[in-house]
Amino acid sequence: MTQFDLFPLWNSLRIAAISSVIIFFLGILLGYYVSKLPRLAKGIIDVVLTLPLVLPPTVVGYFLVVILGNKSPLGQFLSTIGLPFFMTWRGAIIASTVVAFPLMYRTVRGSFESFDENLADAGKTLGLSNTYIFWRIRIPNCKSGIIAGIVLAFARAIGEYGATSMFVGYIQGKTATIATAVYQYWTIGNNTFALIYVLINLVLSAIVLLGLNYFEKPRRNR
Amino acid sequence: MSIFINIKKSYKTFLLEMCFESKTNTLALLGASGSGKSMTLKCIAGILKPDSGKIIINDKVVFDSENRINLSPQRRNIGYMPQNYALFPNMSVQENIATGLHKFKLDKEEIEKQIKEIIDLLQLTGLENHKPHQLSGGQAQRVALARILVSRPDLLLLDEPFAALDDYLKTRLQMKSKEIIDKFNIPTILVTHNRDEAYLLADEIGIIDKGSLIIKKEKKELFKEPEFYSAALLTGCKNITKVIKEKNKLNLLDWGITIEAINKDCSYIGVRAHNFKVSNKNSGYEIQIIGISEEPFEKLVRFRFKNQNIDSEDVYWKINKNDTVEDVKYIEFDKKDILYLK
Repeated sequence: MTQFDLFPLWNSLRIAAISSVIIFFLGILLGYYVSKLPRLAKGIIDVVLTLPLVLPPTVVGYFLVVILGNKSPLGQFLSTIGLPFFMTWRGAIIASTVVAFPLMYRTVRGSFESFDENLADAGKTLGLSNTYIFWRIRIPNCKSGIIAGIVLAFARAIGEYGATSMFVGYIQGKTATIATAVYQYWTIGNNTFALIYVLINLVLSAIVLLGLNYFEKPRRNR
Repeated sequence: MSIFINIKKSYKTFLLEMCFESKTNTLALLGASGSGKSMTLKCIAGILKPDSGKIIINDKVVFDSENRINLSPQRRNIGYMPQNYALFPNMSVQENIATGLHKFKLDKEEIEKQIKEIIDLLQLTGLENHKPHQLSGGQAQRVALARILVSRPDLLLLDEPFAALDDYLKTRLQMKSKEIIDKFNIPTILVTHNRDEAYLLADEIGIIDKGSLIIKKEKKELFKEPEFYSAALLTGCKNITKVIKEKNKLNLLDWGITIEAINKDCSYIGVRAHNFKVSNKNSGYEIQIIGISEEPFEKLVRFRFKNQNIDSEDVYWKINKNDTVEDVKYIEFDKKDILYLK
């Protein structure tokens, strides 16, 4: 029997953490700009940004292979400068970012849309700069949506399987994650190890969701 | 203050065509909801951009579509208090007030000193660390006012400042706010649908109807001579009838009576509910009383003239609580109390 390997746990955590940081800023930025767009443009961009949520992850993986795989010009270029994404753990960051991003984006956009614009208007007439209004008024008052979004995205990134396995595969000690490890152990008949990773995944996700409920205080009426 | 505004803005099917000039200290814009009052304030504050036109405040051009001038709200220095007061929910009372001082880049001590001064003045002591959701309507309004006053605006815009408050608090708060605003001597434009509020707070009142200002006058003058149908309604005149001029008589079509014509064009006349008097067969008009309802300190009588048009509304007559009018058959009204309306 092979030795139980903790690398997939560590790898999953770092991949999810790094994608969450990217998703955090990207989600706030895009969530804000899309919430300000006129109806038609909003509808179109919204579809594009939300698609990864409803597409099968394998389809996302397919696109990633086409765009960044070792046969694509971009993929080859990245290889020559020593920064390949295909079949590396960096690639797993891209995969989980793309798949988990819509959760953050949609939640954040929703909370920006329900933000009372009177607050921003009042701020402007008081002479506050737009930057001040964004960071000190808009963001704090959309806090619960932002936290909910990033926690959901993190949970999704931890559990990402389809796009990851297509784009970076399962290379022990390199691209193995919890989700791909479960499948790998199961196919080789190592049910014990598969079960351990199933349990690890369950516990992790439960903790994340508990945290979500803790931060998501009921909104106070004004 | 001097304000000149001549702007157009369309929004869906609504067209705002606002044009007026005022040099008064407090101007009230009185209009029904949806008449374009708030939109006007937002254009002045720079929150909405008019399609075309010009806005000049105290000789400063803040908007001029021809010369492509459109100052940002930050550069207009106009205080704007929206209907819901827009206190920042994530900040305490002091932090909210501090945002009004932010632009002056003062040191910490000076900020604290000014916050303390305004908190004392507006009687907000003890609430410094409260969050907006912990405040009553009146307190929230005072915090909003404090936040604006510390920012030293050249002009104050108040959008329905008392609409969200309970009736029993209203009058007291109106007086208090007026006192404070007068103390700071900041010219003010306020928007309201409440004639009492407009009368109490303003020197001059403009009537807004369907996106335009139809008349603007010193307040006493306006209540005496509203000139327009909608202005009469908004100043609280309950009884208005269509009229038609026949030789030297005015035929009051809805009421089925005639009065002496005057040398003035009018399509309607109005008589305020408290301007009817008991009369007799020789000099009065015959009426039939429909009903009497009691208000806290007055009685409201509904009656119809003998030949009143069947489709027209009952006429309202306000009388003292102690008067008995059940047997009244004839009423009259003074010529000087008639409002001739276009």
